[in-house]
Amino acid sequence: MLMAEKTDMRVKEIWGFDGRKKMKIPMFTTGISAGFPSPADDFIDKSLDLNEFLISHPSATFFVRVEGTSMIDAGIHPGDILIVDKALEPNPGSIVIATLDGEFTVKRFQRRAGKCFLLAANPDFEPIEIESSMLVEVWGVVTYVIHKA
Amino acid sequence: MQKLFALVDCNNFYVSCERVFNPSLAGKPVVVLSNNDGCVIARSNEAKDAGIQMGQPIFQCRDLVSKHNVRVFSSNYCLYGDISGRVMDILSHFTPEMEIYSIDEAFLCMDGISGDPADYAHDIRHIVKKWVGVPVSVGIGPSKTLAKAAAVVAKKVSRHEGVFDITACAQDILSVMDVADIWGIGRQYSRFLRQHGIETALDLRDADDTWIRKNLKTPGLRTVMELRGISCIPLEQSQAPKKTIVCSRSFGRKVTDLDELKEAASAYVSRAAEKLRAQKSAASFIEVTLTEFPFNQGAPATHIASMDIPVATSYTPELISYAKALLERVYKKGPVYRKAGIMLSGIVPRGRVQASLFHPCHEGPREHVLMETVDAINARWGTGTIVCAASGSNRPWWMRQAHRSPRFTTSWKELPLVKA
Repeated sequence: MLMAEKTDMRVKEIWGFDGRKKMKIPMFTTGISAGFPSPADDFIDKSLDLNEFLISHPSATFFVRVEGTSMIDAGIHPGDILIVDKALEPNPGSIVIATLDGEFTVKRFQRRAGKCFLLAANPDFEPIEIESSMLVEVWGVVTYVIHKA
Repeated sequence: MQKLFALVDCNNFYVSCERVFNPSLAGKPVVVLSNNDGCVIARSNEAKDAGIQMGQPIFQCRDLVSKHNVRVFSSNYCLYGDISGRVMDILSHFTPEMEIYSIDEAFLCMDGISGDPADYAHDIRHIVKKWVGVPVSVGIGPSKTLAKAAAVVAKKVSRHEGVFDITACAQDILSVMDVADIWGIGRQYSRFLRQHGIETALDLRDADDTWIRKNLKTPGLRTVMELRGISCIPLEQSQAPKKTIVCSRSFGRKVTDLDELKEAASAYVSRAAEKLRAQKSAASFIEVTLTEFPFNQGAPATHIASMDIPVATSYTPELISYAKALLERVYKKGPVYRKAGIMLSGIVPRGRVQASLFHPCHEGPREHVLMETVDAINARWGTGTIVCAASGSNRPWWMRQAHRSPRFTTSWKELPLVKA
């Protein structure tokens, strides 16, 4: 961590266990050999940044945590973290975060015969038809699900 | 070329931040309180309509709060700071030059915008609302002062839908605008101006230059020129280093004990020193202020002690030792204290610290690295991850935040919950 030389001492890097900004993983284009300095060192391509891969609009992207089982068949489980992009417009079939009765809910957005629906991905839950009298708003579009393996 | 500025101002910003993550607050009266849950510092329109005043102590509004079922929040600066950063980031994509004027306001350079500037401003407004969820108003004008005046109209007159361009109708707007409401004219100046028959912004715009220069000096004349549509106050794109750094807070409860005061002072010094290092400066003067609880409605007694620092420094442990020494000088056993403050001044760039013949320099390369490491860790894992032990761990004096909402965007443990 600390590069200590007699006169020129400086912090090169600080490591931790739960980096919250960037996680850089060097991608090797060749196999790794242990022991001696590898000639492959010259071929380290670049570091992969998950943010870059998962997030297209950083200032419009938020993380939320899931409670409940209505979206199980869409691979969304209780405790999962969803990546939500508010910059995107929902398309029919998009999984969205909507505000419903003063709460956030995650459902699949669908249009059928001129009507809008919020559909669960679990046969135990009824579809919700969005009527103009209801205070329903699409808050953002879910782009990825983070689920612990 | 004719200049054009836009002032983008977030509406009821702190309340709007709370609403982004709490849909149940839509259409309801909401207020946000100052540090220590003292006074109202932000109100939703519904709370304004209910009669709650800006700056009013919350205990005075108890009846209104229960009558109108007002939702009350402690300030959540982690959240407001994050949302502000997002808004500013979006705005920066709309202009090559901008000035972040405060946590919820920015001036944008609108020179060379093709088409109607008001249409462009409506786009800005729409995108910020959609992407972040915060409503903004936009005032447009040929100078920063006029843009600021336009923003007030944009916010107050609902038929403008949050955007107002003052360029073609400055005369009408200024004729009904109180001189005290002009950007840069304080309460004191406005009283003086009124004594000389200058009541409206229009009166000031049309005042005699020589008289203005004589009485309001150059800054006043600059404001007058700005009101005439001649831009004299350019965008400030980088912040000049601060000349004094203050960290002062009221305690969460009454404090009488010297050790607790020392903890609080150490915590405030740590924060001030962190700011000092962030601007790559060192301080050569430190002042400690201690405020008693007011006794019998009288003005609260304030005690101040200060000292010159032998060799300018930004090393937290050294500054803490000075603050503790000063505190021992002003502390008396008996009184109840409600507030402490630290001020660092005599600020010099760290590279140009004068060495002293008689005092050893405490801040060598090792101390420098230590502070750099502490700051980096706190920046990455959150404020307060590493602190000097002197600033305490229980912190009974820490500010009251009984109604703080979760840190929705800056803590993995406090993410918004969604029902599936």
